[in-house]
Amino acid sequence: MTGPREGAVIIGASAGALDALSLILPRLGSDFPLPIVVVVHVPPDKRSVLAAIFDAKCRLRAVEAEDKEPLEAGVIYFAPPDYHLLIEDRDTIALSNEDQVLFSRPSIDVAFESAAEVWGKALTGIVLTGANQDGAMGLKAIAAAGGTAIVQDPREAYARAMPEAAIEACPDALVLKAGGIVSYLQSVSR
Amino acid sequence: METFERIEDIEIRLLLEALYHRYHYDFRNYAMSSIRRRLRQAREQLGFATISALQESALHDPDMLPKLLRYLTVQVSEMFRDPGYFRAIREKVVPHLRTYPSLKIWIAGCSSGEELYSFVILFREEGLEERTIFYATDINPEALAQAEAGVYGLDRIRLFTENHRHAGGKTSLSDHYRSGYDRCVFDRSLRRNVVFSDHSLVTDQVFGEMQFVSCRNVMIYFDRILQDRAIGLFSEALPRNGFLGLGAKETLRFSSHADAFREFAREEKIYRRTGA
Repeated sequence: MTGPREGAVIIGASAGALDALSLILPRLGSDFPLPIVVVVHVPPDKRSVLAAIFDAKCRLRAVEAEDKEPLEAGVIYFAPPDYHLLIEDRDTIALSNEDQVLFSRPSIDVAFESAAEVWGKALTGIVLTGANQDGAMGLKAIAAAGGTAIVQDPREAYARAMPEAAIEACPDALVLKAGGIVSYLQSVSR
Repeated sequence: METFERIEDIEIRLLLEALYHRYHYDFRNYAMSSIRRRLRQAREQLGFATISALQESALHDPDMLPKLLRYLTVQVSEMFRDPGYFRAIREKVVPHLRTYPSLKIWIAGCSSGEELYSFVILFREEGLEERTIFYATDINPEALAQAEAGVYGLDRIRLFTENHRHAGGKTSLSDHYRSGYDRCVFDRSLRRNVVFSDHSLVTDQVFGEMQFVSCRNVMIYFDRILQDRAIGLFSEALPRNGFLGLGAKETLRFSSHADAFREFAREEKIYRRTGA
């Protein structure tokens, strides 16, 4: 043990999210020492099933976040449909009904930017597959605050636009395949 | 470790303090993550270099206050939003409300009135409107004036109509408004039993005993302390068995008043006051 671990992991994904997340989240051990926040573009009028799917697939617990949900290590929090998810402080998620950003609510940028404010260099931000530009500005904010920026290799991504936009906004980001992202996260937990 | 608060966060705290002392608008216990985002937008769009400069203007120019309030209060609403909520009210709550000779309903944080009109139309359809007084409150006078006018863009009516139908509407929504060139004017008779009032969940007190309080997506902008205060007000306003409706992703789980309520319609976030 190297003392208490602080910080968090935040992941953004859009088109192809289910498959990409399935390559990563179920491979994390039940002792993963950080909270994991996941923002996926989901249609506003649908009930999201992501939390239920990954709660069944993963060794970690997965929930859909409610307003002022306390953050705990080793829990995966999914942003609910039709709300922005923001990180209020190191212990708390906040939701918001503000306007869509880049036609999205939840917005990956909004979540990433608020997380960067709170966790600074203790944050790892990951942009996965997607067919739009969301997440690029947010990942840039995470890197600017000293956090670790990771992008799924566009050659592997189901939709390359989102990872490519993230790499363009954040040229120093680590570009990894899903397997590499898993190894990186496992190294954090060791 | 950062020992010092960032300059911008200091400026935000000072601005909120200034608004309180100058105008008695109290945003000091609003959730920081969202207020920071909206004040940044306000600073940029109103053309100030810093939040401090915005504060100076807010203190000395009363015309700046309404502009700033547009950012500080979030006005996003639609009629019959989350149709399942209104369907649950119609199917599960209304049978209980029918047993009362008179009813008081409080729409707390009514914004531009969409939620209010949804309630009045539903109550009219269920034959309860005549025995009901609706209290529609908000802190933003501009929003209250919009609510009182009951005028909405024609482009939004399609969504409202669809929601109303999914909520089990027994009339056609078009029975309740007249459409003009690009807008719809809701029937003034819908306001017959409505009291509009400036009321703050942060600084004001309870003003009567209610059978139903609907406060959806208002408290998400509050921190936990302030949420507790507002929920305390609701528990005071509601007698035993009174109803409280929250937004789809709001919960009483984290509140110190959780014991004062029990779940009534779990998915739809409708709670009932216990005797506690």
